[in-house]
Amino acid sequence: MTATSDREQMAYISSQAADARVNVELDTGDMTLNIGPQHPATHGTLRIACQLDGEQVITAEPIMGYMHRGYEKLCEVRTYPQCTTLINRIDWLGSFANEVPFILAAERLMEVEAPPRAQWIRTILFELSRVANLALFLGDMGVQIGALTPVFFAFRDRERVLNQIEEVTGGRFHPNFDRIGGLKDDIPKGWIEETRSVMIKMRTFCDEMEDLLVGNEIFQARCRGVGVIPPEVALGYGLSGANLRASGVDWDLRRDANPGLAWDQVDWRVWTHPDGDSFARYWVRLQETREATHIVDQLLDGIPSGPIMAKVPRIIKVPAGEAYLSTENPLGEMGYYIVSKGDLGPFRVKIRTPSFNNISIVPWVMKGVYVPDVITILGSLYFILGDIDR
Amino acid sequence: MTDETPPEESVVADEKREALLADLSEHLGENLVESHLRPHEDLWLRVTSESWQDSIRIAKSAGFEYFGFLSAIDWEVAPEGRYEDTEFDAGLDEEDDEPVEVDSSTGYGGGGTRFQILTQLNSLSQQIGLLLKTDVGEDMTIDTIRDVFAGADWHERETYEMFGISFRGHPTLQPLYLPTEFEGHPLRKDFPLLARQVKPWPGVVDIEEIPEHLEAQLEAEVMAAFEANGGAS
Repeated sequence: MTATSDREQMAYISSQAADARVNVELDTGDMTLNIGPQHPATHGTLRIACQLDGEQVITAEPIMGYMHRGYEKLCEVRTYPQCTTLINRIDWLGSFANEVPFILAAERLMEVEAPPRAQWIRTILFELSRVANLALFLGDMGVQIGALTPVFFAFRDRERVLNQIEEVTGGRFHPNFDRIGGLKDDIPKGWIEETRSVMIKMRTFCDEMEDLLVGNEIFQARCRGVGVIPPEVALGYGLSGANLRASGVDWDLRRDANPGLAWDQVDWRVWTHPDGDSFARYWVRLQETREATHIVDQLLDGIPSGPIMAKVPRIIKVPAGEAYLSTENPLGEMGYYIVSKGDLGPFRVKIRTPSFNNISIVPWVMKGVYVPDVITILGSLYFILGDIDR
Repeated sequence: MTDETPPEESVVADEKREALLADLSEHLGENLVESHLRPHEDLWLRVTSESWQDSIRIAKSAGFEYFGFLSAIDWEVAPEGRYEDTEFDAGLDEEDDEPVEVDSSTGYGGGGTRFQILTQLNSLSQQIGLLLKTDVGEDMTIDTIRDVFAGADWHERETYEMFGISFRGHPTLQPLYLPTEFEGHPLRKDFPLLARQVKPWPGVVDIEEIPEHLEAQLEAEVMAAFEANGGAS
């Protein structure tokens, strides 16, 4: 072809270019998808860098540290009573439960034991934190798969539990109520009856969640058989709490390593599920929330009378030594390894948080899943970012 | 600190733990440096650093198959102290009957070196926890236990960035929390806490002792308020 004018020449060139573009082989290389740090499914600022092949995840690598607050270092320059202020903010949805293992570990070093009444009220508040924390999970899991109603129910009903915690401790989120040797205050008048009615409401809430989600066909289709974690893998990664029990491992520190609180005084059971998938994790947490309300009910019946504070010096110096103590928190095993040199504050505190171990399994469990399942698996593993980053 | 056991330990026998300890020490043999046992608490074992990986394997085959955590302790006393050496704080120590001596020993189950690695494992069948420790030598390197417990991966990365201890055989030893360009190892005792150096810690007031001449008066006020509320609740 001979170009007769500039215009024709330009037209020829552009048509050739268009052909060339079509004939280039489609690039099917891997794609990197960043989920987070600001994503509703990440409960904070967790970033997951996914390497995708089409819709399938090849590798998923959580990137943390956006919220690292250096609590282990900060604990070293504070006194023991001041540490609980920090510790409150690790798992901010179940704050009171965070304080308990730290205080118990310090008490073990001091060889102090809180009076029975304090232990019972501690256990009640601990279980109330569990109900408040897990209630939000039960609703939030719906959001992950596109059901918006459950989360509003969850916020509505969790508020009732938070009100009860607030009435005793004065703080909705950060009670800072537990003391070495006992508790700051006793429970107020009329609180027992109110709590009992709240527990009935929470059981209704659990039934609602069961109707809305567990029996829902879409929920089952999205969660059953997704993100299966076999028990031996769960143990190797140190998964704890409902994540471990949903893999069929019958292990609950409340029963198996009771550090002196009142759990062995009441009648309750540990729930497990053999499947190990996202659905199992949801189901186990649902049963645990219900079980916790029953534990609270029984504890309310039998609070012993007596003082709420053991005899401890006003200025607390913990004798030199080391102690590790962990409890079954809403998210799983939370423990503190305290090294003391006899000072006003700890020499070193290692905080073993459940979410850190629970999320360390993400690279393993995400391999080969589809992109939408990333969200349900993350949701069902249930983590609090403050609990990972500390 | 050697194997001295406080008298109350021997009173309460804990056969389950003793049997387990005997079993473990038989398997560990010479690699076991020291052990501590307190009834109804986690077992404490210290092993040689060369046998770290093997000891973890032995523990795993002895039933400790549930991984808890892995971390390190820096036994050096911080050069800055605890940022509490204010005038006020100094006075407080004098009033004390027994002044606290600065203890530079390495504590219960402590080692002979500045850094010590510790890990916690659980036996589900026996419902017993196990704390394993080992010293980290001058080369600041220790074998990884990532192959034994997959969960140790992140814990080792955290220990690496916070203490500067490297793990032999770990394929992805990169910082976990800190940005890549961060210098220093924050959890080492000689890493200064900048916030405290810039501004004195206002929290020392928290441990203020009530002056003696006010103590009786305050007590009376509290009791009066208590009785005004109708006594016991």
